[in-house]
Amino acid sequence: MSKLLLDRLKAQFGDKVLETSSFRGDEVALLDKSVWKAAATFLRDDPRCACDYFVDLSVVDFPDEDEEKGRFSVYLIVYSTTKKHRVRIKTRLFEAAPELDSVADVYVGANWGEREAFDMFGVKFAGHPDLRRILMYEEFVGYPLRKDYPANKTQPLVEYREGTFDKLGPFLPDEGMPFDRAPVDPKSSSH
Amino acid sequence: MGDMTMGGGESGFFTTKLESLLGWARKYSLFQYPFATACCGMEFFAAAGPKYDIARFGAEAPRFSPRQSDVLWVVGTISQRQAPALKRIYEQMLEPKWVISFGTCASCGGFYDNYATLPGIDKIIPVDVYIPGCPPRPEAVLDGLMLLMDKIGRGDKTPAVLKNTALPEGVPEKLEQLYQIRMKGKAPVSPEE
Repeated sequence: MSKLLLDRLKAQFGDKVLETSSFRGDEVALLDKSVWKAAATFLRDDPRCACDYFVDLSVVDFPDEDEEKGRFSVYLIVYSTTKKHRVRIKTRLFEAAPELDSVADVYVGANWGEREAFDMFGVKFAGHPDLRRILMYEEFVGYPLRKDYPANKTQPLVEYREGTFDKLGPFLPDEGMPFDRAPVDPKSSSH
Repeated sequence: MGDMTMGGGESGFFTTKLESLLGWARKYSLFQYPFATACCGMEFFAAAGPKYDIARFGAEAPRFSPRQSDVLWVVGTISQRQAPALKRIYEQMLEPKWVISFGTCASCGGFYDNYATLPGIDKIIPVDVYIPGCPPRPEAVLDGLMLLMDKIGRGDKTPAVLKNTALPEGVPEKLEQLYQIRMKGKAPVSPEE
């Protein structure tokens, strides 16, 4: 249905539209990063696109594809509340220069989306009014949703207490205090 | 009344230790500070509501200032970013003070083994009673509260985990009977199928 949107993008940006796909109503266009903001503005302002509703902006990390295509795939999903169509535009960024034009002044909702993308993946958005971490704390080092960040590495703000801890608690199952009741026999429990 | 012993016979007085008397008084008037951060909070509200009625134990009064409360209920997941706030609240409480770790996430981080979550509040503050469950049922919450009251009465400061409790005598047999009645006439299900 909204092949129209992809045709409009191709007519407007020519060979800056690197590839398009359309699958069961999901229209996707991969753009060159130089037209990123222009494409977002075009989708909002063109009367036949009229995509007035920001849905999502985030990043997917492909650490193995940095050499040929670029490691980070930034995507933006917008929707038209009048024409009832939706489109996703994507662009690829290399790890050496993860920078992109901000669309926060085109779509207001992209403000926090871009902050999250910066917080989790370290993508920097040029022209963003307030590019700070949004979920993690300022003291956090690194970008936790990059695939090369260790999944369970923590950076505590409060120093942990003295003592030996593991994930199962600081004591064995039969330690702690006595409490005046019989333990359950797991074989007989039928509840 | 703990180890208070009647010493006066019919003359109407008894002797005790001061700690026992204080413990007995404290355990029936616990003012709580609920630090509810996640889905366990719903179960905490259920335990505090009229059906389960935590007021029976004298622990119904929430104080929304840590300076006025005796028990800190840590209810739900604590993120690393939140840990300084929790530690500060704990430090603002006056002695004597107790901490209940409500649910798996507060006790050990639960399944959040990742960059954002504190793996158990005992990493930053001492805990008196751990109530396991995801979330624990109100019965377990009340059980944990009774465990804490028991500890306070005895002056015991070791950390305690709420353990499973046995069903009352005769109940497992009754459940087995009900199960047999319900499954009557139905083909047995073999594990291979």
